[in-house]
Amino acid sequence: MGTIALNRVRKAFGDAVIIPGADLEIRNGEFVVFVGPSGCGKSTLLRLIAGLEDTTSGHISIDDKDVTDVPPAGRELAMVFQSYALYPHMSVRSNIAFPLKMAKMPQSEIDAKVNHAARTLNLNDYLDRKPGQLSGGQRQRVAIGRAIVRNPKAFLFDEPLSNLDAALRVNMRIFIMQLHKDLGSTSIYVTHDQVEAMTMADRIVVLNKGNIEQVGSPLELYNHPNSLFVAGFIGSPKMNFVEDNSIGVRPEHLQTSDKKGDWAGTVKLTENLGSDTFLHVDGGQLGMITVRASGESTLKPGDRIWLTPEKGRLHRFDANGKAIRK
Amino acid sequence: MARRQSKRKTIIVSIVAWMIGLLLFFPIFWTMVAAFKTESDAYSLPQNFLTTPWTLENFGIVQERSDYFRYVFNTTVIVVLSTLLGLLFAIPAAWSMAFAPTSESRSKLSGWNWLAIVLGALSVCFLGLYFTDWKPSNALLGIALLLIFVVPASLWAWSLNTHNSLLWMLSTKMMPPAGALIPIYLIFNRNGLVFRDWGWVNLSEYNLIDSFWGMVPLMTLLNLPIIIWMLFTYFKEIPVGILEAARMDGASLWNELFRILTPMALPGIASTCLLNIILAWNEAFWSLNLTNKYAAPLSFFISEYSSPEGQFWAKLSAASIMAIAPILVVGWFSQKQLVRGLTFGAVK
Repeated sequence: MGTIALNRVRKAFGDAVIIPGADLEIRNGEFVVFVGPSGCGKSTLLRLIAGLEDTTSGHISIDDKDVTDVPPAGRELAMVFQSYALYPHMSVRSNIAFPLKMAKMPQSEIDAKVNHAARTLNLNDYLDRKPGQLSGGQRQRVAIGRAIVRNPKAFLFDEPLSNLDAALRVNMRIFIMQLHKDLGSTSIYVTHDQVEAMTMADRIVVLNKGNIEQVGSPLELYNHPNSLFVAGFIGSPKMNFVEDNSIGVRPEHLQTSDKKGDWAGTVKLTENLGSDTFLHVDGGQLGMITVRASGESTLKPGDRIWLTPEKGRLHRFDANGKAIRK
Repeated sequence: MARRQSKRKTIIVSIVAWMIGLLLFFPIFWTMVAAFKTESDAYSLPQNFLTTPWTLENFGIVQERSDYFRYVFNTTVIVVLSTLLGLLFAIPAAWSMAFAPTSESRSKLSGWNWLAIVLGALSVCFLGLYFTDWKPSNALLGIALLLIFVVPASLWAWSLNTHNSLLWMLSTKMMPPAGALIPIYLIFNRNGLVFRDWGWVNLSEYNLIDSFWGMVPLMTLLNLPIIIWMLFTYFKEIPVGILEAARMDGASLWNELFRILTPMALPGIASTCLLNIILAWNEAFWSLNLTNKYAAPLSFFISEYSSPEGQFWAKLSAASIMAIAPILVVGWFSQKQLVRGLTFGAVK
């Protein structure tokens, strides 16, 4: 089991309010991603759930038990840190065994579990090395090993992939998703990378200045953002906003034509990624508009083009930045 | 790119450095040479540094007159126990200041308010003592008077933020020790406030002077601010994430402190220990004033050869060499560790 509920959780450091009041339910077995720009309070929220920070007010419960005042050790959660946070003076084996030792498990059982985790994570050859002798990816696997050995109620990931290079990051992302599928435990994953959020999450929690802006499945957020903030944050390249931010349209929902269309503009810059070409179009009064065109596009800077938004793909927002539903 | 220096400049700098080094070493050299001379040779001026007849008799006489090993034993007891006791207090103190610092004072009262409260409490105590002829008639009254002062003073110390407590701790090292000698001597020697006949228990036979019970805590308290400061700076270098990982892994406070923090900070703790050992080993002011026989350490042993009857320079030198020899050996073998510990973090 691993359901987590936040009830009016508030966190302030002195006069600085980080989380004004968060309500959230996380279901058993769910993979939830907290996403938002840096400084939005996503890590703080995770640390509150972990017990590494005390709440200023409000309640946190795990499996319907109030754990607001329970120290981290008593919450039965496991955490993977961005900095790996391995114990540098212990071998990989002792690192993975540490939580089991703390739980006073008999040695034979510890050995079996450590070996099993090492097999799962492909760490068999490194068990007797110190963390300092491992590469970044291996260290991150040890950190994950340390988290999975004791079957926690939930896994907390605090930007675990930000210190890895791009190729490794994709591999580890797939690895973590596979692991989640195999273990089926509740996971909370913090990231500022919306690609990670979109690809990994069952549900995404978008945070802005400590407030939960929207909670929903990746496609829900992509197709029906609640607000300008969510609309702008989810999706890459970013959604285009025109007419004083009252209308938004995604770059991939704009058709280009050299003859006619709704909006006229001049191509200023092209970025060809092979699969796609991003056109940065100067729309005059509308401002700069980004368009996702096919990789075979032959448009060059200086070309005059017309843009037409696809039917039903326009997002409308009121003066407060809230979405207007049709 | 490495800085390039002309060869001549290097040579000049080396010569100057050596000259300064030798100048600083000269008194030690004098002591070493004097230890192997006869008393009259050691006394004669101008000194013949290298041409006197050499002798070992000073060492024999010193050992014969005063039992060297007894002093070594006393010093070792004081040094080891005070270091261990110091670490026991300093590790948790430095841990809390490095990893859970408070930036704001815990109370709304200003420093002046606290000063007034503590001084007020102190005057109440003195009034209480005055009206009981400086000898509270029963233990309860004595304890009550003690609490009247200790409770507000501890509350004040508790209310300080980390930055201030670190500064206040160091302030104990700012006063010349001689300034505190009289009260501490009296507390140690004729402690009528505690060591007296209370009626139900008679403590008048006891006092702290010339005893390990006095010297060990005294030495601990003397060096505690320095140990805490040093450990604090080492602990600051350790990423707090690792301790948080331990907490998430279910480690108790004890395990976090002694299975994670201590092994990681071992170079720092070792050099702190070493510095504390050296300071405690060489401490003379309090040892000379508060011991004379049973708990007398090596500094007392040296001073025995400087007496009103005359300065026995050769024997004094021999005693000095014998006193510093053990710590010199320890220091020599651990210099690598000491340097590593002292530069820990700076060149990580």
